[in-house]
Amino acid sequence: MGIVEAILFSVITAATPLVLAALGELVAERSGVLNLGVEGMMIMGAVCAFAATQLIGSPYAGILAGIAAGAVFSLLFGFLTLTLVANQVATGLALTLLGLGVSGMLGESFLGMQGIKLQPIAIPLLSKIPVVGPLLFRQDAIFYASVAILVGVHLFLFKSRAGLKLRAVGDSHSSAHALGVNVIRTRYLAVLFGGACAGLAGAQLSLVYTPQWVENMSAGRGWIALALVVFASWRPWRVVAGGYLFGAVSISQLHAQAFGIGIPSQFLTALPYIATIVVLILISHNRRMTLINTPASLGKPFVPDR
Amino acid sequence: MVPVLHAAKAGEIEEGKEGSVPVKGQTASGPLLAVRQLTKLFGSFAACNAIDLQIEPGEIHALLGENGAGKSTLVKMLFGVLAPTSGEIRWRGRNVRITSPSDARCLGIGMVFQHFSLFEALTVAENIALSMNGSVSLARVAEEAARLSQIYGLPLDPKAHVADLSVGERQRIEIVRALLQNPQLIILDEPTSVLTPQEADRLFETLLKLRSEGRSVLYISHRLEEVQRICDRATVLRHGKVTGACDPRAETPASLARMMVGSDVTVVTPEGTSTRGDVQLEARHLSVAARTPFAVSLKDICLRVRAGEVLAIAGVAGNGQSELFDALSGEYPVADDDAVQIRQRPVGTRNINARRLMGAGFVPEERHGHAAISGLSLSDNLVLARSQSDRQAFLGGGALKIIRHGAVKAATRRISEAMDVRKSGDDPPAGSLSGGNLQKFIVGRELDRQPAVLVVNQPTWGVDAGAASRIRQALVDLAKAGSAVLVISQDLDEIFEVATEIAVINEGRLSDPYPARELSREKIGLLMGGMSGKTESAGAAHAH
Repeated sequence: MGIVEAILFSVITAATPLVLAALGELVAERSGVLNLGVEGMMIMGAVCAFAATQLIGSPYAGILAGIAAGAVFSLLFGFLTLTLVANQVATGLALTLLGLGVSGMLGESFLGMQGIKLQPIAIPLLSKIPVVGPLLFRQDAIFYASVAILVGVHLFLFKSRAGLKLRAVGDSHSSAHALGVNVIRTRYLAVLFGGACAGLAGAQLSLVYTPQWVENMSAGRGWIALALVVFASWRPWRVVAGGYLFGAVSISQLHAQAFGIGIPSQFLTALPYIATIVVLILISHNRRMTLINTPASLGKPFVPDR
Repeated sequence: MVPVLHAAKAGEIEEGKEGSVPVKGQTASGPLLAVRQLTKLFGSFAACNAIDLQIEPGEIHALLGENGAGKSTLVKMLFGVLAPTSGEIRWRGRNVRITSPSDARCLGIGMVFQHFSLFEALTVAENIALSMNGSVSLARVAEEAARLSQIYGLPLDPKAHVADLSVGERQRIEIVRALLQNPQLIILDEPTSVLTPQEADRLFETLLKLRSEGRSVLYISHRLEEVQRICDRATVLRHGKVTGACDPRAETPASLARMMVGSDVTVVTPEGTSTRGDVQLEARHLSVAARTPFAVSLKDICLRVRAGEVLAIAGVAGNGQSELFDALSGEYPVADDDAVQIRQRPVGTRNINARRLMGAGFVPEERHGHAAISGLSLSDNLVLARSQSDRQAFLGGGALKIIRHGAVKAATRRISEAMDVRKSGDDPPAGSLSGGNLQKFIVGRELDRQPAVLVVNQPTWGVDAGAASRIRQALVDLAKAGSAVLVISQDLDEIFEVATEIAVINEGRLSDPYPARELSREKIGLLMGGMSGKTESAGAAHAH
């Protein structure tokens, strides 16, 4: 593997957790639920994935544990905001704080342990293609899952009737309710999907990106994922493009710092955030398209009339 | 699969059997729908009182009536949204119970609501697909919708987003949505109230086409001209009762208006003051563009209210009343400073507080959330409304403007006593008062200042008879004491009780004012139905 390929490979590894968490949050927000607890669900996924891998010995058990942790956490959020109609913003923030705290406690005994890295799976024939093969077809299971989730989310939202109902719930929950769509159930499922994706993203962090447990290892990626969803105007392909752009700039700036370019390191460290936001703002300048894709009832609680 | 099956049937009718009624279940030669003694009680109030209605196959049947006549309650019962208290509904001669909109759709009743329930972010085809059960593919829905919209002259682009469409186009979506169910009876609730005249003409063509296929239409309207133009028969409601069933083409607009408005009530006029002072409130060629798709634009409104006068503005809801109130009160100032004059000074661009400071008082329509904040106490609500106009009395502490609770409480008590506001405790939250008592308080809050000009919108809407008469008396007394009072109301009884002058608003245009004692209910009904010469005079006013 040459240096360019190595860089591209690390870009993909850096972008995958962002893409996963953002796609999950996108589905939740399309249904009208703003879950600011992505960071908390992600870190819970990371610690549970690492712990399960250590205890059971298989990173695949870790992946399942990570997904389950994110899903359970999102159910807590769903219960508070959908059943008890608590404020979504406050509950989401609390979920993030809770996740950071609980993960630190759970992970204490795993600190400094040597992790087990999720091994790549080479796809026969395709992985033999020069350059592209090793990059895209000799990847780990979580990367393959992220591609499947992207395609699946796109098809579900824009081609399936269930996805249409989900978007209808996000656009006007009272009209959807009047048409007989179960608003609360739809939102629960969307929140659950978002939590599972965030948990999987966390598992990627502690099993692939840096196979060990470090406190706060999600390092704000949940917040980046949230921002990606908004700046990508709730469109899956743009979320992925934004995620990879962020990954690319953050890896390049690391290399740039290593080469010792005469730019202050603080600026280089900020560069991924700046670049991603500027590019996404530029591509979402079409106000009409943005309006049409914005879930109109995002963050608004739904209480059915009886 | 079911809806597409229906749609296919609709296609068959089109292809050949023009005029024949497609059979669903059984053939029937009698009326399509017969309603007998249908009654709906809300508590002890009869919204619909022993209604009889009969709709034949292949007719356009008008349901006429003022606001609150019971039209909406009746069609809600027919569409399964409300359950009748008593009476029966017969569909093709069979006694039926319609307990939900889907029951109604299964029978073959479709409905187009006045306010649409569409998803703005979704496309036309997606909106239509959402209302259909089953798992028909989107492409198939779009195809069917496109075909139906072509047949019935309802041009629609299935891929367009609803957010980009005009109100008329949105209505077409609703109609196509109803047609996909292959209904035998289509109910349209005030369909032209949101349409331009050209769009309305197109709609009428569609309705005539539906009739030619043997379908029936129940057409709810208060517009006499439209009803005479397209309807075969009419049922007229007033105060929840049928006051006439007729062929509208055999009637004169005057006779229809009489059925709609009623002439049984004796005309009461207040003993008007003989002393009329200067003009205190004036609108000069006031025109305001509509702010939202559902709003009405005001067109060249001219009015004058002198001291000692009560000018009442009658009209069916949604003809520009709230827009007129907003412009007169300054809740939404207008571009032309001269268009609104209070005490002969131009105030068009001033906000509501500036107008209050000039001696005007305003009582808006909605009690909760607009005229009062439900969660705050009466005294807090008093300060919010009058902190500018009564700054010296209510606020102290110099620049800090600390509220003088003693003075505010005293004023609250004074208002409550003057208007006989019944409340629990000394200073309860506004939301804990009954509608009538809260309305008395918010009217009293303005009267307490003895304003030289008072503008009040729907002063007694939804309040009990006792409170209503207390409020009306207070309005008459204020005028007698030398203030100019403008009352916007949908209640003709109220208008005749308080007004010295009456004008009628229709589609954002105001008629000339008439002295209350010279104006008959019949004439008001005609003006409310848009049958008057004001349009020409407004055009003439534009010309110069």
